[in-house]
Amino acid sequence: MTAFLIIFIAALLAVSIWQITKIIKLGKSPDPDTEMSDVANDIDNKRNGQGMLVFVVAFYIMMIACFIAYKDFFLPDAGSKHGAEYDNLLLLTGVVIMIVQFLTQALLHWFAYKYHGKKGQRALFYADNDRLEFIWTAVPVVVLAGLILWGLFSWNDLMDANLDDDPLIVEVYAYQFGWKIRYSGADNTLGDANVRFIEGTNALGIDPTDADGMDDSVAQEIHLPVNRPVLFKFRSQDVLHSAYMPHFRAQMNVVPGMVTQFKFTPTVTSEDYRNTEFMNRKVRKINEIRRQKSKELIADGDVALDPYEFDYYILCNKICGNSHYNMQAKIIVETEEEFNEWLSTQETFEKSLAKAKN
Amino acid sequence: MGQAVAVEHDDHGHDDGHHHHKETFVTKYIFSQDHKMIAKQYLITGLIMGVIGIAMSVLMRMQIANPEQPSVVFEMLLGKWAPDGVMDPGIYLALVTIHGTIMVFFVLTAGLSGTFSNFLIPLQIGARDMASGFLNMVSYWLFFVSAAIMIGSLFVELGPAAAGWTVYPPLSALPEAMSGSGLGMTLWLVSMAIFIASSLLGSLNYVVTVINLRTKGMSMTRLPLTIWAFFVTAIIGIVSFPVLFAAALLLIMDRSFGTSFFLSDIYIKGEVLAHQGGSPVLFEHLFWFLGHPEVYIVILPAMGLVSEILATNSRKPIFGYRAMVASILAIAFLSTIVWGHHMFVSGMNPFLGSVFTFTTLLIAIPSAVKAFNWITTLWKGNLQMNTAMLFSIGFVSTFITGGLTGIILGDSTLDINVHDTYFVIAHFHLVMGISALYGFFAGVYHWFPKMFNRMMDKNLGYVHFWLTLIGAYGVFFPMHFVGMAGLPRRYYTNTNFPYFDDLADTNSLITYFAIFTSVAQLFFAYNFVKSIFYGKKAPLNPWKSNTLEWTTGDKHIHGNWAGAIPHVHRWPYDYSKLNEEDEYVIAGQDYVPQHIPLQPKEEEMNH
Repeated sequence: MTAFLIIFIAALLAVSIWQITKIIKLGKSPDPDTEMSDVANDIDNKRNGQGMLVFVVAFYIMMIACFIAYKDFFLPDAGSKHGAEYDNLLLLTGVVIMIVQFLTQALLHWFAYKYHGKKGQRALFYADNDRLEFIWTAVPVVVLAGLILWGLFSWNDLMDANLDDDPLIVEVYAYQFGWKIRYSGADNTLGDANVRFIEGTNALGIDPTDADGMDDSVAQEIHLPVNRPVLFKFRSQDVLHSAYMPHFRAQMNVVPGMVTQFKFTPTVTSEDYRNTEFMNRKVRKINEIRRQKSKELIADGDVALDPYEFDYYILCNKICGNSHYNMQAKIIVETEEEFNEWLSTQETFEKSLAKAKN
Repeated sequence: MGQAVAVEHDDHGHDDGHHHHKETFVTKYIFSQDHKMIAKQYLITGLIMGVIGIAMSVLMRMQIANPEQPSVVFEMLLGKWAPDGVMDPGIYLALVTIHGTIMVFFVLTAGLSGTFSNFLIPLQIGARDMASGFLNMVSYWLFFVSAAIMIGSLFVELGPAAAGWTVYPPLSALPEAMSGSGLGMTLWLVSMAIFIASSLLGSLNYVVTVINLRTKGMSMTRLPLTIWAFFVTAIIGIVSFPVLFAAALLLIMDRSFGTSFFLSDIYIKGEVLAHQGGSPVLFEHLFWFLGHPEVYIVILPAMGLVSEILATNSRKPIFGYRAMVASILAIAFLSTIVWGHHMFVSGMNPFLGSVFTFTTLLIAIPSAVKAFNWITTLWKGNLQMNTAMLFSIGFVSTFITGGLTGIILGDSTLDINVHDTYFVIAHFHLVMGISALYGFFAGVYHWFPKMFNRMMDKNLGYVHFWLTLIGAYGVFFPMHFVGMAGLPRRYYTNTNFPYFDDLADTNSLITYFAIFTSVAQLFFAYNFVKSIFYGKKAPLNPWKSNTLEWTTGDKHIHGNWAGAIPHVHRWPYDYSKLNEEDEYVIAGQDYVPQHIPLQPKEEEMNH
């Protein structure tokens, strides 16, 4: 990959040096120093026209090189049910975009080269053509209509946070600069909460008078059972945050003063996701980078970096203050049994309330 | 060649009673009411703000490439904000915020539209000045004051505003949430309020001038596309800027007078605040009601300039003049009803998201029409590769590249996973940042001879263009892929997520390109300053253009034309027009300026 980058930079540098030498050469060409000498002449037209042609070729090479060199950057297959649909729509849109990009850039730069000015060349007085205008209005209309329709159907499905399929209801609570997760317990109903109830260990402001909240429990990381729909309810204690879970293709802002929501079904356990071929390769690569960096760190008398093991994560994606860059929590997707077992070890609000009284 | 260019100064020189009065230094250069001088004031102020804004972006990129590493540059420029030369996370966010604010408002709104609307509207429609020279002067000086306050806010004790250029409350409303939300934020809001006043005075003036002061024969359908763009831009500004003013005012009240427009249920620093019942989403709506039209306020003038320059240098009429005007109008209309696409995941009703997806993707249609028309304008032309022309071609290229990714971002479903990632940064920098800057450069190179009566050095211009073209794509094309990895914007460092470790090389590469591109701008700076004083004397109409500004002669007088204002007899795009005998309409020249009456054997066309 690095080789690609180096070749790419070298190519670009070569192009720029080539252009500069040409331009300097031009500066020396016997150009009569008339008042028109800072207006492009035929030589300028030709050189810059050729420059356009070379540029567009280099540009295509760069685009292709980016797609090859950075293919690992694309997120792996989604770990959620709707994610596959999302990825298909993204792929289709991406293909449409790249086709248009390749065609229009080719035309633009080719014309710039082909019709570069020459003395005596006559431009064609061609002011309009209704048929052409119609074509390039209609084609985008049709293509976009297709994309819009697909997008809107997916959007409606995605945002329809209904309770028909008995989703697990979970609250994700954001604050400067971390996340807490509240589980709704056996009744699958979250107790009322408000910042005005925040006191002592009741950091999420659960209403102590609401019976629904008694079996709620609060955790530092998100555990989710695989293949069960999860309805996330988001609440913020201070400023705007955004709950971004890229591997599930899920994101929702967290807004103080209101409850926002997002529903999805995780389909791959953390274990399985970690062991996909893509993730293995990616983590190996990352650990290699970390080993190299650790060597430098140790040489400087610093602590080495820990090796990395993949876990799903949630991160904050809306500027929220100085430590915005490190507001994260782990997400663990596991089997139903593992999840239930873990949940049973969590302290309920009722118990922690009782403890606080003692 | 130049036979038909300069309008003869005949004896009804003073028939409109205009007198050229004595000017002092102060009335000529400082409190000038001459639109040409005001345009230059906007240009120079905008350029200085541009230098500051771009320098900030370089500092940010240096931090991202070498996170938390000491740098002499930081130590020198940031002082106490970079203890031991390591940038503080707070100041990183401040740089993000002020870079955005300066580039969007002070460079691309005031610097671009302010410069060229002021300079070109009276000259191209055949007016002696703006409808109100005085208000025009006030507009510039309000802009100057707001710029001075914005720069001044960099030096306050707790630092400048740092809540992002969108200043979403509660972060921007609560000094407890971040130090930049103290006095820095107050100054930001005051500066923006003054900026809005400046912008409104300017816009009202442009609209009134275009409607009322066109010379005889200059019907709306004979206006150059530049004027159409400025005119419509001004209207969008008048419609949307007051809404930002309302948002700023309500935010000031929430901050200082205890109201709760945007605040509710907040617990911060161990205390529950009294605010109850407000909604940050309301602020987002108000902000983006301006914020989205704002990107069109930035890009439409660039589109106008580019249309004009492409036609002139292709020696061809702009293709589809009426379609171009129609698409400007369509873009303007749609731009005011798409703001919600910034808020798909804000928590607003998902049904609204559907509506905004629909309108957003609609706006791609007039944009596509414009792109195709520009490309067709080049087809079978006789392209004169002046620097302005190169930047115009570059504009079309980056506008397409950046615009296409808008189809992903404008789709509410796809936006979910790329929202607020570097993919967005790449998208909007290409489509409105770089493109608008290219439009700006094209405009400066093209109208420099008119502004200063001297030519800019073309070879330096070529070097500037090619280095910028390569550098800008080098910065923003790879950035899409970083965004596809889900890397959030506005992160001080990415090292807390090992998952992003393999992006570090690419981030360094982007930083190198950013530095490279910024350094390349020195070619422009040198060329610009040098040419003002030592450039070659400009011919009266160096690009052989049809529009009226090239008919004034080389004396810069308040009132523009020494003699009578020329009348207009045709549209501005009669390039390479042939008569019935297949000869150029005016023998020996491939253009027919607007003030030339219909020639014998010439067919009149309705465009």
